[in-house]
Amino acid sequence: MSLLVVDNLSVFYGAIEALRGVSLHVEQGEVVTLIGANGAGKSTTLRTISGLLPPKTGTIRFDGQTIHNWQPHRIVKSGLVQAPEGRKIFANLTVDENLQLGAFLRTDRTAIRADRDRALELFPRVRERLNQQAGTLSGGEQQMLAIARALVARPKLLMLDEPSLGLAPQLVRTIFQVIREINLAGTTILLVEQNANMALQVAHRAYVIEVGRIRMEGPAAELAASDEVRKAYLGAH
Amino acid sequence: MTQQGLATAPLESARPPRERGLVGTVVNSAWPVAVGLTVAAMMHVMLPTTIGPFYTRIVIDSGIAIILAVSLNIVNGMTGQFSLGHAAFLALGGYTAGMITFYGSLLLWNSPAKQGGFLGSGEWLFAFACLMGGIVATLAGYVVGLPSLRLRGDYLAIVTLGFGEILRVILQQTRPVIDSVEKLKNAGAAQLWPPPVGGAVGFNGLPKYTNLFWVYAFATFMLVVAFRLKRSSLGRAMISVREDEFAAQAMGVNVARIKVLAFMIAAFFAGLAGGLYAHESGLIMSPRDAGFQRSLDYVLMTVLGGRGSISGVMLAAIILTVMPEALRDFDQYRLIVYALLLIGMMLLRPQGLFGIHEVWDWRPRWRSRAATTRSMPAKGGRPNA
Ligand SMILES: Nc1ncnc2c1ncn2[C@@H]1O[C@H](COP(=O)(O)OP(=O)(O)OP(=O)(O)O)[C@@H](O)[C@H]1O
Ligand SMILES: [Mg+2]
Repeated sequence: MSLLVVDNLSVFYGAIEALRGVSLHVEQGEVVTLIGANGAGKSTTLRTISGLLPPKTGTIRFDGQTIHNWQPHRIVKSGLVQAPEGRKIFANLTVDENLQLGAFLRTDRTAIRADRDRALELFPRVRERLNQQAGTLSGGEQQMLAIARALVARPKLLMLDEPSLGLAPQLVRTIFQVIREINLAGTTILLVEQNANMALQVAHRAYVIEVGRIRMEGPAAELAASDEVRKAYLGAH
Repeated sequence: MTQQGLATAPLESARPPRERGLVGTVVNSAWPVAVGLTVAAMMHVMLPTTIGPFYTRIVIDSGIAIILAVSLNIVNGMTGQFSLGHAAFLALGGYTAGMITFYGSLLLWNSPAKQGGFLGSGEWLFAFACLMGGIVATLAGYVVGLPSLRLRGDYLAIVTLGFGEILRVILQQTRPVIDSVEKLKNAGAAQLWPPPVGGAVGFNGLPKYTNLFWVYAFATFMLVVAFRLKRSSLGRAMISVREDEFAAQAMGVNVARIKVLAFMIAAFFAGLAGGLYAHESGLIMSPRDAGFQRSLDYVLMTVLGGRGSISGVMLAAIILTVMPEALRDFDQYRLIVYALLLIGMMLLRPQGLFGIHEVWDWRPRWRSRAATTRSMPAKGGRPNA
């Protein structure tokens, strides 16, 4: 049984139809990436899955339950957590308090501490800044914090919205390395990316979204090799 | 990965999580409450005789202002919602408490006058009345909190302001106070509804129970809750709503619930303070107390003190209570001074005197830096991984 099944999702912003029948699925243990140009509907897809936007039609099933009419906090509690686009850390709280908010819905203190330490192990630079105000972190550090914070929620499925946005190439590699490590440790990942090149390297399977529709899907290696993807998203000629 | 988990264990970095469940919270709150009550009792016994009635009154007013400003700061400062109607909760609590002590005394003791001495039966009725005032205000806080789910910033401010003004007008339409048991027993529906709380002239004749002990006992209660809240997971959730609602939702914070809860907690303490205010000697609770003017006073205190700083807001509450007394001769310029203060503050320190810090955070800066260093792994890398 798939961990996440999105079926025929359409979403409107007022009169604008941002998603036009998107279907995708994520299996237990996979890294699945959703790539596409600006405004294709990637963030909209994640927001809808997280319950932040109501779908007009379509269904979302997660871990055996139908969740598309659930409140966002209930969805988080069920283990579906997203690290939103643009970092969205809590600037006036300390790094540590940000992490504690990641565990907001959890009560198992010892397990939270273990997950927190594990997340910090992935991002030593975040650990060094635990008592610092989060708003004073560099952009890259904020991105690491955003991922670490989502990890402290102990997601079954972690959704990352453009984690490489605005990072230096060296840091982009680090982030993708960490994404792989998180996945190897047992967390399923749905990764939204502009950086198709890196995303296709780390993912098992991929979807290409264009103006609200899924255009292509398949094993990441196959898509990376296809002419169409190479031309449109990998900058080949 | 499990390997890494094991490797991390000995590091056990940084400060441990503070909260320890409900029991721990109660235990940890016990000594501040004990200290606060002791101080309140000592103030009650010693201050009036040493500093005289005029200054005693200022100290009482300061205590009430502290309760109102710090509670308002839970909504305006911590949760980031802009309420301009805090005085409405004060009035609601004050009138409720007043009805209980006044008509309660009439029925119990045949007279609305004070009963018993310090901690005597009358004072307990009064304390109970204040709590009831808080509870009624909490219910109103729920209702006023609902618009905050859909409205932001200026719009919410206008709705809360409207609530205060509506309440003010309603209170003006109330019936005259009924001041004897006979009249009360013979009163018909026309005298009892709208409630007989004095109409435009105010709620006269309340027993004046408010003293230093009760004010600072309730202030202690408020401050312990506020400090606990700031360090608690609920408080962090409130701050997360202020910082970024979207991210808060992504962390599983039920934003709607948090906002309404903030309004309710703040309203409870405002209602409590209203009970104190209504029973303060030399004052008459009147419909005006629900209005915009008074709400603005408390907003000013939170702005001056700093949106996340409990001690900063306390300080601002004291300053803005003492200052008008000191400048009594210039009373007509009060609003001008306030406006200038606000403008100056916005230009020089928009985050308030203390921003999100507590007064004592300024001192040991180097210490927290030392703590950060200590929390780092010994040599940066992963030991024995
Ligand atoms: N709040 C909104 N109101 C109206 N239209 C919106 C809103 N948010 C997104 N849209 C529109 O929906 C479409 C999809 O937006 P979305 O944010 O999902 O794109 P994206 O694939 O994440 O793009 P990017 O890579 O630039 O982040 C865009 O055309 C966008 O203009
Ligand atoms: Mg996007």
